Amino acid sequence: MAPATPVLEATGIVKDFLGVRALKEVDFRLFPGEVHALMGENGAGKSTLIKVLTGVHAADGGEIRLQGTPVRFTGPLHARAHGVSTVYQEVNLCPSLSIAENVLLGREPRRFGAIRWKELRRRATELLARLDIDVDVRVELGSQPLAVQQMVAIARAIDVDARVLILDEPTSSLDREEVDRLFAVLDRLRGDGVAVLFVSHFLEQIYEISDRVTVLRDGGLIGEYATAELPRRDLVARMLGQEPGDLEAEQHRTSRAQDDQNDQAPFVTARGVGRKGAIAPFDLDLTPGRVTGLAGLLGSGRSESARLLAGADRADQGQLTVDGAPVTLRGPRAAIARSIAYLSENRKADGLIPDLTVTENIVLALQAAQGWARPLSARRTDELVTRWMTALDIRPRDPSLPVRNLSGGNQQKVLLARWLLTEPRLLILDEPTRGIDIGAKAQILRLISGLADDGLAVLFVSAELEEVLRLSDTVAVLRDRELVAALPGGAALTVERLMEVIATGENATGEIAPGEVTTGEPV
Amino acid sequence: MSITPGRLRALTRHRLFWPLALLAGLLLVAVADNPSFFSVRVQGGHLYGNLIDILRLSAPLALIALGMTLVIALKGIDLSVGAVVAIGGAVACTEISQLADQGSASGVVLAVGAALGLCLLAGLWNGFLVAYVGIQPIIATLILMVAGRGVAQMVTDGQIVTVSSSPYHLIGGGYLFGLPFSALTAGAVLGLVALLVRRSALGVLVESVGGNAEASRLAGIKSRGLTLGVYAFSGLCAGAAGLMISSNIAGADGNNAGLWIELDAIFAVVIGGTALTGGRFYLGGTLVGVLVIQTLTTVVLSLGVPPETTLVFKACVVTAVCLLQSPAFRHAVTSRLRRAGSRPPGASSTHIEKPEHEHEPDPTEPTPREVQNT
Repeated sequence: MAPATPVLEATGIVKDFLGVRALKEVDFRLFPGEVHALMGENGAGKSTLIKVLTGVHAADGGEIRLQGTPVRFTGPLHARAHGVSTVYQEVNLCPSLSIAENVLLGREPRRFGAIRWKELRRRATELLARLDIDVDVRVELGSQPLAVQQMVAIARAIDVDARVLILDEPTSSLDREEVDRLFAVLDRLRGDGVAVLFVSHFLEQIYEISDRVTVLRDGGLIGEYATAELPRRDLVARMLGQEPGDLEAEQHRTSRAQDDQNDQAPFVTARGVGRKGAIAPFDLDLTPGRVTGLAGLLGSGRSESARLLAGADRADQGQLTVDGAPVTLRGPRAAIARSIAYLSENRKADGLIPDLTVTENIVLALQAAQGWARPLSARRTDELVTRWMTALDIRPRDPSLPVRNLSGGNQQKVLLARWLLTEPRLLILDEPTRGIDIGAKAQILRLISGLADDGLAVLFVSAELEEVLRLSDTVAVLRDRELVAALPGGAALTVERLMEVIATGENATGEIAPGEVTTGEPV
Repeated sequence: MSITPGRLRALTRHRLFWPLALLAGLLLVAVADNPSFFSVRVQGGHLYGNLIDILRLSAPLALIALGMTLVIALKGIDLSVGAVVAIGGAVACTEISQLADQGSASGVVLAVGAALGLCLLAGLWNGFLVAYVGIQPIIATLILMVAGRGVAQMVTDGQIVTVSSSPYHLIGGGYLFGLPFSALTAGAVLGLVALLVRRSALGVLVESVGGNAEASRLAGIKSRGLTLGVYAFSGLCAGAAGLMISSNIAGADGNNAGLWIELDAIFAVVIGGTALTGGRFYLGGTLVGVLVIQTLTTVVLSLGVPPETTLVFKACVVTAVCLLQSPAFRHAVTSRLRRAGSRPPGASSTHIEKPEHEHEPDPTEPTPREVQNT
């Protein structure tokens, strides 16, 4: 299958950061015409390895060979000149320039110093056509969906006769259809003999697209495997360095919660709540001790409905009732004052204050609710922060670190702590497990389950159906910005069944009509 | 060397190392040129000397830079402070010049109150435009930067209004306990504000809104009120500075009072380590920045640099500070020096010299230690 000479080979790579060994003699091989997945938890050394391979960091030991010849790249540009191109997680393009300009930025065809626009457009169109993308290259890049932007970034990367294409989490912001398109492109590149290095958190995608997989853990190489011969459980076990048993142990929580809390009155009820252009009017009950899941595809209105309940956006119709009293949420403050906490979808853009310390981030919502004139005392702050950092296992256990230095999973826990500090009665979680490693994910899911058992009403939004199923007492299904069904959770509800409802919008068994809700009803 | 390289490095890394080094350097140059530069003596019942002058003349800039620090921490900018300085001086001097007895303390207090009130209003206007209308700060304050001088000239009828009022003279040119009254005022305000923002939650909330406005909104911070208050405070500070400046020259010049002082203030804030991108702010750093700027002006004069080249000289120093404060620049220089010297190849300390942000762990890729615990 793979030819004998790797196009890119690294042996014994060592990299230290301020005395911490980030890579411990890692070997890595990449053959032409393969898609190779690099797997590991956050902090395993994936990004560091990529940065060493592309010359962003100089290795402190070891050797890199490009088609058999030792090389030492001085930076990504140098690497690119040798046919090693990288597309980073965040798309690094200029949204205000046209697609054509972005594809050929810095390599525009010129005559006497002036750009030959026709030629520029022709070549850009050609390059995109190679990826099966048919767009008008004259339009502004920023006006295009993320998937197209991602393709433009890839087109830009392979223009320079790339022999190696490195993709760092290219799919984290794409929906299913867009991922399919990306994979079709990768397939084509593989056929052309390009070696693709692929980093992703999504296991299914790894199995779908990759030929081989290299697993890193804790800066060290665990092994290199043919993907097809490595069962998922084994892959997870190797990434975590533990038996996957305790992950699976997290069984469906429904059974526990149901009996004793059936007669609880809902804490928040929505009747015909909606917002033009965002989400059609919907009904929803959120009951103490219950987890309500919101399932649906990207763009189905999951986050939009959560934002209305959290006061992040204002509903323009319908009636919200909190604790039996009708309310209008004019903003997040109003929601917080009514014990509604909202963990937003994008923790970097609208969750964390990156420069502030862990402590400051944790107490922020509580402090904001108290007002600036009543600062939390140092002792109380210490006590609260220590308690929650321990309870949520936030690491490193140093509250004075700027929060941006923490890993994604720990940042998410900091945000959770921020909201739990306010002692909410309804916790709205929008994609709380996105982009964090499996271990932290399991911790967070366990935590949510425990919170609900303690009597919190939880609204849980996630793109991962397994998670929604595992956690929810009720699953509300959204489709095309409309709440189409509310299904009771439990063993009877399977991923297949859920996907069917999401896909067709029909509630085949017809037990419960859309909107006629549910969390309080016996199953 | 008795100092270990590690400690030296930690020292040079400190936010205020280069500004303080520059301040010391400037004073050394001045004293080398004029050995009596540091001498302070008692004359006319108060302390007298170059250092005292620096303190006295720093006061207006210190006040303005104080307000500017908070505005910049909110990811804003206030270009109108120079014009507000002119308004403050114009209102106070016009009122005083119309008094029957310019020496009447109560009349002066009323005039000062009116001036400060109007400047507070100017600041509120800026804050309103930024927080409630949603205009970008640079544009919102540009409006008053241009219009404010017009207002000042309307107040003074286009004339330079002179006053001779001893109570008013105290504000900018007088002395208390042998020290310049203006410096004492600025020091007291700075101290009180520092206490207020750090003892209450105000400082952190400002840093939070400046660091991530949307996240702060979702966390329930009343960012509009905060923004309004901070711009209003900046206007008030500029007004007070305007009183000092006009008091010092015993007259209000609507055209030239406080001209370009907004740029000096922004510069002082940046020297002090507060980034224009908002977030963390450092009041102590701003104070050092103010002293650097005023010392520079004084030293340039004392060196006898021809007045027409003063600005060029200043520009050179400013460029030097900016370069020295840039980790990337320092890295380029040190690594070049190192290459020139004969160091054994492959020394593993090369990455330590890199700018700080480069080896900070990527947020998505933390130190390997964490993995074991999940």
